[in-house]
Parts: sequence; structure tokens; C-alpha cells
Amino acid sequence: MRQDHLITATQLSRDDIEAVLDRARAVADDPAAYADRHAGRVLALCFFEPSTRTRMSFDSAAKRLGMNTIDMGDVDSSSVSKGESLSDTVRVIEGYADALVLRHPSEGAATLAGERVDVPVVNAGDGAGQHPSQTLLDLHTIREDHGLDDLTIGIMGDLKYGRTVHSLAAALTEFDANQHFISPESLRLPRSVRFDLHETGAQIREHEELDPIIDELDVLYVTRIQKERFPDENEYHRVAGEYRIDAETLDAAADDLTVMHPLPRVDEIAPDVDDTDHARYFEQAHNGIPVRMALLDTLLENANPDGDEGTEVDR
Amino acid sequence: MSEHELRVSKIRDGTVIDHVEAGQALNVLAILGIDGAEGFGVSVGMNVPSDRLGRKDIVKVEDRELSQSEVDVLSLIAPEATINIVRDFEVVEKNRVTRPEGVTGVLSCPNRNCITNADEPIETRFDVVADGVRCDYCATILRSDIAEHIDV
Repeated sequence: MRQDHLITATQLSRDDIEAVLDRARAVADDPAAYADRHAGRVLALCFFEPSTRTRMSFDSAAKRLGMNTIDMGDVDSSSVSKGESLSDTVRVIEGYADALVLRHPSEGAATLAGERVDVPVVNAGDGAGQHPSQTLLDLHTIREDHGLDDLTIGIMGDLKYGRTVHSLAAALTEFDANQHFISPESLRLPRSVRFDLHETGAQIREHEELDPIIDELDVLYVTRIQKERFPDENEYHRVAGEYRIDAETLDAAADDLTVMHPLPRVDEIAPDVDDTDHARYFEQAHNGIPVRMALLDTLLENANPDGDEGTEVDR
Repeated sequence: MSEHELRVSKIRDGTVIDHVEAGQALNVLAILGIDGAEGFGVSVGMNVPSDRLGRKDIVKVEDRELSQSEVDVLSLIAPEATINIVRDFEVVEKNRVTRPEGVTGVLSCPNRNCITNADEPIETRFDVVADGVRCDYCATILRSDIAEHIDV
């Protein structure tokens, strides 16, 4: 991967993706070999929106590469609450760190940050836009189970505002994947995502119900339907109930169906699915560590081509 | 001919934007940032019969020439337009507009949640795609409603 930043999944070629995933596999196989690789370097965690797992996952990944991390803290207690622009904030933090992980409520925030600073920027979610590092760990999880070609995937839930969905759908166009999108009419894929999928000639189909296609799927990727997307709470409960799966739903599925979820889930996947062989969402979350280590390693290597890493690793 | 001249008189020096899609003349003025307060002489013809377009609008602005970014956005709402530079009542230059690859700083993004609408020191930037423009920051696509998002 020859990229300075990771802003959107649409920037990634098949080779880029496979290179990071190969490295993630190497990291997972021999984490000790990477333990001091970026000793002395600092990763800045800039979360303008609440996050638990993404923030901790990057924090952990960085520390396992020997890095230190600095955290902007909650937005309420930072300079942002004094009215500082994102442009200024990232320019200042650039001087404190060797790379920057950014989550922000506005679409396009990471693109702006990438234009303002020279250190690598990783988009950890920009509004309803993109979440490409999640996609890399999603792809890693899929690849370990099924491979990424000749794949049939169902992506279900909030497809309109779901940034993990937007990134995943874009990245899958680099592979031989049939994509089924299952959602209520009001939460279908946005025009911009649909545009990109059509541009690539991707094979996509849209559905309002899961049942008719569940037996065709290798992977079912479930996302949360958020209450705040609906003006009426009753409507939310009705719709959310229709896109909830449990162990019985999966009776009709192939034995090797993999069920994924970017988490946190609320009740769209019933706890009884956890005990089935289909459930993979906790491993998926754990895969965030080797994948984000591989990603940070790659971006830092690109940013420091002379290579002053302490440890030589056969890659 | 004489009826035409009665509607929109000739100008001595300035720009005539001809073959504008009927109904877009006021948007053309908006792109040029002209609201009358600048003191330029401005003539507007709307729904004028045209061989090429059926009906067209014409905008004549005295003592004013167009910048490239103005022409770029103009091309999106008036792709058939011709731009005539007039000096001493004569057309000295006549150009068709061409579709640009992108437009910078002229359109506002319709997505209220886009970072370009968040009080950042930032110019909007749109790529021109098949049948519209697309925000470089949030990827929102604008099609027939481009004229509503001219921000000048």
C-alpha cells in the first residue's frame, strides 16, 4: 500500500487491501516480532465523538507496536469546546505525534485533516461517511473464513447512515463478491455509495427482507438501526424488530454462514446466536488489533521510507 | 430583429452570455455575484425564441469580464452557453463553455453535515461527474439542483 493516509475505502486497491491483510496475518502469527517496531513513536487519538472499541483498539494496536499514545480526551474538556476549528486542532496535534487517528461527526472531516497535516491520518469514522479501518478488519475476518472472491454477502440494517457499510461495500468491489443489501426502504444505501458501486460494475441487489436470500449467503453482516434515525419511536420499534435475527432465523442458512457485526449491538442479534457456529462478531472485534497494527505499520513505513525501525522483520 | 433589440439592447463594452437554458438567467447573475448593487449595466432576456434551444435566456453585463471559475460553474447550469466579449459594440471574442473537471469555491455542499458547512477555513471543491457534481469532502452528489447551491 503506497498511501499517506487512510481516509476512505474507495482509495484502496485490491493490492493495497491484500498487502495489509497479509501483514495482519503475519502480525497475528508472530506478534513479538512487531513489539518494538515503532518504539519512540507517538500516535494521537483524536475522537470528536464518543468511541469505546475503536479508540481502545487503536490504543492497544499502537502500544503493541512499541508506540506511545496521546489522547485528546473528551470533546467537552478540550479546546474544541472553545470553538477551535478542526483545521487548527489537527495542525497543532501534528507537532505532537507521528500519526493521527481521527473520529469526527462531520462527513469529510478526515479528508480535510489529511489535507492539513503531513503525518499519516487514519479516518476512524467521519459522520455517516466512511470507516475504512473497520473495513480492513471486516475483510480480514471474511478472508479467514471464506476468502474474498466468489463470495456472497448480505449486508443488513442501516445502510443509509452506516459508515461501516459504505466502506465495506466499496472495498468489496475490488473482489469477486455478490453484494445483497437488506434494509427498510427509508434506510437504503445513499446515492453517493450507489453511484460508486454502479461505476465499478459491482453486482448488487437490494431487498427489504432477509428470508428469501438467507440460504445463498456466505456472510451476513448485520448493523444497528439507530433510534434517532426515526421521527417516531413506534416506527423505530416496528422496523428494528423486522431486522432482528436469532438462532431460529439462521436455521435456513448454510452451515458455514458467518454472522458479523461491527458492534456495539443492541438487540439486532439475539444472544442465542452467540452460541452458534455462525457467530464471528467477537473475533471480528479482536481482529482489530493485528489489522490496525498492520495498518499503522504500513502507514508509518510509508511516511518514513528510510526505515529507522529497530527490528528487522521478514515480510 | 427589431423586436429582439427592443427586449435586450446592445452594449458598448462587457460580456454577453447567450444561449443560456431558459429559466437560468437569474442563476447566471447569481454565479457572477451580480445583484445590481455593483452599478454594472445589466440586461436580462428570458424565454427569448431561439433556433437552437427553442427558448433561451440572454444575460448582458456591461464593463464586466468573467473569471475561469465563473465560466466553469456557468457551464454546469448552462452547458450550451456562448460567451461573447464586446468592445465598442463589436463582438471581439466568442467562446462556448466547456465542462471543467472540477469547481472550487463556488458551490455549497447540500449536505448540512459536511465538514465544508462546519465553520472551517475551507473552500468547497466539487468533481464534475457524469450528470452532476460531487463534493470532494463528503461525496454527496448534486444533479439537477446545482443552481440552488451556488454560493457567491
